[in-house]
Amino acid sequence: MNYIIEIEKLNKWFDDFHVLKNINLKIKEGEIVVICGPSGSGKSTLIRCINYLEQFQQGTVTVDGIILKDDVKKIKELRKHVTMIFQHFNLFPHLSILENLTLAPTYVKGVSKTQATKTAMKYLKRVNIAEQAHKYPNQLSGGQQQRVAIARGLCKDPKIMLFDEPTSALDPEMINEVLDVMIELAKEKKTMVCVTHEMGFAKKVADRVIFMDQGQIIEENTPKEFFENPQSDRLKQFLEQIITD
Amino acid sequence: MAIYEIEQSQKSPTNTKGPIKWVLDNLVATPTHVIFSFLILGLLYITIPPFITWAIIDANFIGTTKASCTGDGACWVFIIHKMDFFIYGFYPESEIYRINWVFGLSIIFLLLFKYTGKTFKAKIALFSLFPIIAYFLITGGSFGLVEVPTDKWGGLMLTLIISSIGIVVAMPVGIILAFGRQSKLPIIKSFSIVYIEFVRGVPLITILFMGSVILPMFFPEGMTFDKLLRVLIVVTLFQAAYVAEVIRGGLQAIPKGQYEAADSEGLSYWQKMLIIILPQVIKVSIPNLVGNAIGLFKDTTLVLIIGLFDLLTMVGLTSIDSHWTGFATEGYVFVGFIFLIFCSGLSRYSKVLEDRLNTENR
Repeated sequence: MNYIIEIEKLNKWFDDFHVLKNINLKIKEGEIVVICGPSGSGKSTLIRCINYLEQFQQGTVTVDGIILKDDVKKIKELRKHVTMIFQHFNLFPHLSILENLTLAPTYVKGVSKTQATKTAMKYLKRVNIAEQAHKYPNQLSGGQQQRVAIARGLCKDPKIMLFDEPTSALDPEMINEVLDVMIELAKEKKTMVCVTHEMGFAKKVADRVIFMDQGQIIEENTPKEFFENPQSDRLKQFLEQIITD
Repeated sequence: MAIYEIEQSQKSPTNTKGPIKWVLDNLVATPTHVIFSFLILGLLYITIPPFITWAIIDANFIGTTKASCTGDGACWVFIIHKMDFFIYGFYPESEIYRINWVFGLSIIFLLLFKYTGKTFKAKIALFSLFPIIAYFLITGGSFGLVEVPTDKWGGLMLTLIISSIGIVVAMPVGIILAFGRQSKLPIIKSFSIVYIEFVRGVPLITILFMGSVILPMFFPEGMTFDKLLRVLIVVTLFQAAYVAEVIRGGLQAIPKGQYEAADSEGLSYWQKMLIIILPQVIKVSIPNLVGNAIGLFKDTTLVLIIGLFDLLTMVGLTSIDSHWTGFATEGYVFVGFIFLIFCSGLSRYSKVLEDRLNTENR
């Protein structure tokens, strides 16, 4: 079986705080995995280990055949294929939307400016925001900014897309416009790892849902089984708290 | 159950606007306001009119000797007569046209710089070309120009040379020091900290003195360093420490997410720092950077103590001329006025820059 992400016996500490405990996780190419869990459960830290924004003390993480360790060249190679969408969008405020999108392709991949602009406009159209290309990030709403961030991620044609609570900082009326874009992406069967509290999204598109608590993976299952037939007490309790209808 | 219509926006009531309302609100709103308003207006009344009488109404502007001045008001004849000293120092009169060329070129280059728009390469070219041309014009010794040694330089020209070189060269040095202070490598980090704290802990005058008097003692016999060059190096290194601290403040204002986004986009360390972080840092640091630049511009007057003749020194030198004794006041007022023009100009420019770089509210 071919796994694009392989995490083995991953342990991580922040000083003395054991934030990830013995994580084992394998993700197939094209698989869509949703990670959920209470805050402080280590889910964001885990996803950040996958593109080496967080370093770890023990275990191995292999992404697309690259074993992650402190090696600038390897990390740079890794990040050409892995993109991350952040909770707070993290667009570059001093650059226009278009410049935000063409920056990495031109500087990192050496694509020509015209080609990069063409690609950028293509993805801006995909996220329905092409008419804003020459504005600056702070002139857009949160939902629009997050869609731009997704387009920015797509510009490098990544093999893996990581989402770190992409809708948590948005006003309620903007969450759906971002989720719609993500659902569209999911149809393309790109590998997606998504930390989110949007259970509707998980039910609709995930191949597998993972529940984390206190730095460990407690339970994982298909969405149907996960929501209809939770096994552990901890997950039952969690689902009771977040599903209020 | 209740439903409310959305109301139309209306104009603000007229009695909340207008000059009379402004005076009532801002000058005489409360008894304390009244007292302060009158105190300050009174202070202006007893200082401004006499100064205008002295500096303009009773002043003498025309003439060639001391006798042309009546003595009631300011004797601007003195300033006009000594103008070349104030601007060029002891630069030979026959060569002064070269300095004027540099002044003229600086304006042309500034305009070119402004109108090259967003073409970064053209700006860099202009920015590096100007100092080279200015250097050959001012020092001479090549292209058929007579060499003018640096001890003949002085006045406004010297003040501008020291401060502009200090301000411009200190920027990249200061930026590198600030990055160094954030570095994960302990040697680079501690070097930066020690350097910055040492320089900031010692007055400029001390460092100037060390640079010009003590340092040459360590040089081998016969080895000399141009005095002005030493001052330029000292001033630049001094200013760099202050720039570094301002930049460090700016770096702290940049959210962690910007670094993470740049990393996850795959940018290298220098790409991340120069393309993503630095432009945002400079934007938030402009008021402080300009404040420091203004400080340095005024601090250049300290070069007097190691025997360079800057603009302020010229007042002392010209007012001991036996034909023109007793006009130091005019000299100081004039020099103060020049400093005021340059400093407020810089200040204005910083405001313009801030507005231009403000992408938030565009």
